[in-house]
Amino acid sequence: MLSDRFRAKNENSRKVFLVTFLPPTIWLILFLFAPVLIIVVYSFSQKVGLINIEVNWVMDNYWRAADPLYLKIFAKSFYIAGTTTFLCLVISFPVVLAITKIRQNWKLIILVLLMLPFWINLLIRTYALIAVLRTRGFLNSGFEWIAAHLGLRFEPVQFLYNDTAIIIGLVYIHLPFMILPIYAGLEGFDETLKQAAEDLGSSSMQVYRHIVFPLIRPSVFAGCMLVFIPALGSYLTPELLGGTDGQLIANVIERQFKHANDWPFGAALSMVLIYVTCGVIAVWLLVAKRKKS
Amino acid sequence: MSAPLISLQGLSKSFQGNDAVKFVDLTVDKGEFYGILGPSGCGKTTLLKMIAGLEEPSAGRVIIDGLDMSPVPANRRPVNTVFQSYAIFPHMSLEDNISYGLKLKGIGSGELKKRVLDMLDVVDLKGLERRWPDQLSGGQLQRVALARALIMQPKVVLLDEPLAALDAKLRETMKYELVKIQKEIGITFIMVTHDQQEALSMMDKIAVMNEGRIQQVDQPNLLYEKPKNLFVANFIGSANCLMGRVAKVEKGRTHVMLADLNQEIIAFSCENFKVSDRVQVIIRPEKLTFQDIELPSNHEKTINRVSGKLLEIIYHGGVSTFRVGFKNKNLKPLIVSQLNDDQQTKDGYRIGSHVEVCWRLDAATLVPVI
Ligand SMILES: Nc1ncnc2c1ncn2[C@@H]1O[C@H](COP(=O)(O)OP(=O)(O)OP(=O)(O)O)[C@@H](O)[C@H]1O
Ligand SMILES: [Mg+2]
Repeated sequence: MLSDRFRAKNENSRKVFLVTFLPPTIWLILFLFAPVLIIVVYSFSQKVGLINIEVNWVMDNYWRAADPLYLKIFAKSFYIAGTTTFLCLVISFPVVLAITKIRQNWKLIILVLLMLPFWINLLIRTYALIAVLRTRGFLNSGFEWIAAHLGLRFEPVQFLYNDTAIIIGLVYIHLPFMILPIYAGLEGFDETLKQAAEDLGSSSMQVYRHIVFPLIRPSVFAGCMLVFIPALGSYLTPELLGGTDGQLIANVIERQFKHANDWPFGAALSMVLIYVTCGVIAVWLLVAKRKKS
Repeated sequence: MSAPLISLQGLSKSFQGNDAVKFVDLTVDKGEFYGILGPSGCGKTTLLKMIAGLEEPSAGRVIIDGLDMSPVPANRRPVNTVFQSYAIFPHMSLEDNISYGLKLKGIGSGELKKRVLDMLDVVDLKGLERRWPDQLSGGQLQRVALARALIMQPKVVLLDEPLAALDAKLRETMKYELVKIQKEIGITFIMVTHDQQEALSMMDKIAVMNEGRIQQVDQPNLLYEKPKNLFVANFIGSANCLMGRVAKVEKGRTHVMLADLNQEIIAFSCENFKVSDRVQVIIRPEKLTFQDIELPSNHEKTINRVSGKLLEIIYHGGVSTFRVGFKNKNLKPLIVSQLNDDQQTKDGYRIGSHVEVCWRLDAATLVPVI
């Protein structure tokens, strides 16, 4: 009797488990773990002939990825993603401080405006940026117009097709990912903590250094991750805004899969990117933890 | 008579046209445990913040030790605050919280250590210095907040409802603890509270506040015995109030005609009333009695007496309260409070029976009606 009820209950909870946990689990297995597993297997394989791939567990692809040519592209990708993250951080702070200070009903409008670009396709936004930055674009025309009025000679500035253009594009695209988490951290910030610090003798700079920054560090960390990781793997922006040498690692990977038709090598490069990204996050977390204690 | 430590002169604050604090004048002497008592939302926190410099006054001045504080920012005022929510820094250990202010002052680590240890001793938190705020109880957090302010050795410590967040039992202990610490250290305390029991039992002097204005400033016993207006009378303890008009003024005695009861009563009064002034007669429930205690003294009337009907008896343990209604049903019933120490109070009264309520001439306070 009792065991019957127990079994019925058990049966029930198993159904609940199946219904709620199975679909996401299957989804994850099908669309995340399986592809990654395939990439892992490919990365240890070899290309034979034009289309055939032989799975023979060799490290050749990884040795090839260690070539200085590719290491340099990795380093450059890191440099550009890092610079992008840093610039987003520097730009976000004053913006967020300003947003928290304005009146409540304006806040919502500003936040919606910040989100607005997400409603437009990335490709279109990037082309719009090209329209602004190119030699006969809005920015240069604007300068030219000013120069003409001042009676100066003006040579159009080459904004596009270099690393700076990539960084400008990446910062433009990723800024909201930095602003929103930091805003979330600062918006709910307990004003009395600031007042307590001030009451104990802090200047307003010290209030930020000792109280505000340490307490919103998790939000800042989240923002940095949300910018750094997509920027590191960005493909479209360097493709469209970068120069001939403006290849980042994602572009190289894409070429291996498509033009070079060398899936094993592309897979190896992808895996290296994943390892390195995980490594960066791990180191970052360790540093953050060390600082707390 | 030395100059007061703190004086507030016409201090006012309005938020977008709403006056939170209106023309407050106060003086606080050195070493005093000064209380600011008032209902929620009456502007107590705002007043404290203006003293601390965390809120800019709309008008008026704060003078501390003879110096006008208007140009002095909060971080350089000789004042420290215990906040209503404690505001303990969650990312610092207990020790770092307490020593935060001294570190900013650049106190060397040797002296710092000593002063922190001394302070931990004072607030009874020894051995917990390595704990994090989320590992402390409410009462302990409250003491950290107090220690963090006291260690700065300010001229004044401001406390914003420091006991409100504690449970009843802990509040009782912390009450005496706070008073003890204040007397030991001798630093002036200004404490805000909305709890009149707290105020009466802890403070040397109390300013009662309502709707941004100071109603009365007095010692606790005078505040209770001689309230200046109905608000104070009702806010501090409970009070019976009868409306009347002055009928006759003798030396020290005022005859008041209670129109609703069609009866005259007499009160001792130190205020100068004129005939036909409207007054409120305020009597504390425990000053009313059913026993006829008139003493046969040289023909003079020494007691007032009104009659009514016993409506209700509420037993509270040590005391009982009786509600006595009048013929005129529109009048608020009188509340009479009696000690339950004799058999008579328990047995002698039946609900619905006719009773005489008496009080001595000096038991009532007359308050002018404006
Ligand atoms: N920053 C502010 N902006 C607008 N109005 C405010 C502000 N701070 C306080 N007030 C208003 O001023 C009045 C007094 O507030 P205050 O916080 O001083 O009350 P209080 O006496 O401390 O109340 P409590 O006992 O609930 O803490 C309230 O009506 C409040 O709404
Ligand atoms: Mg308050």
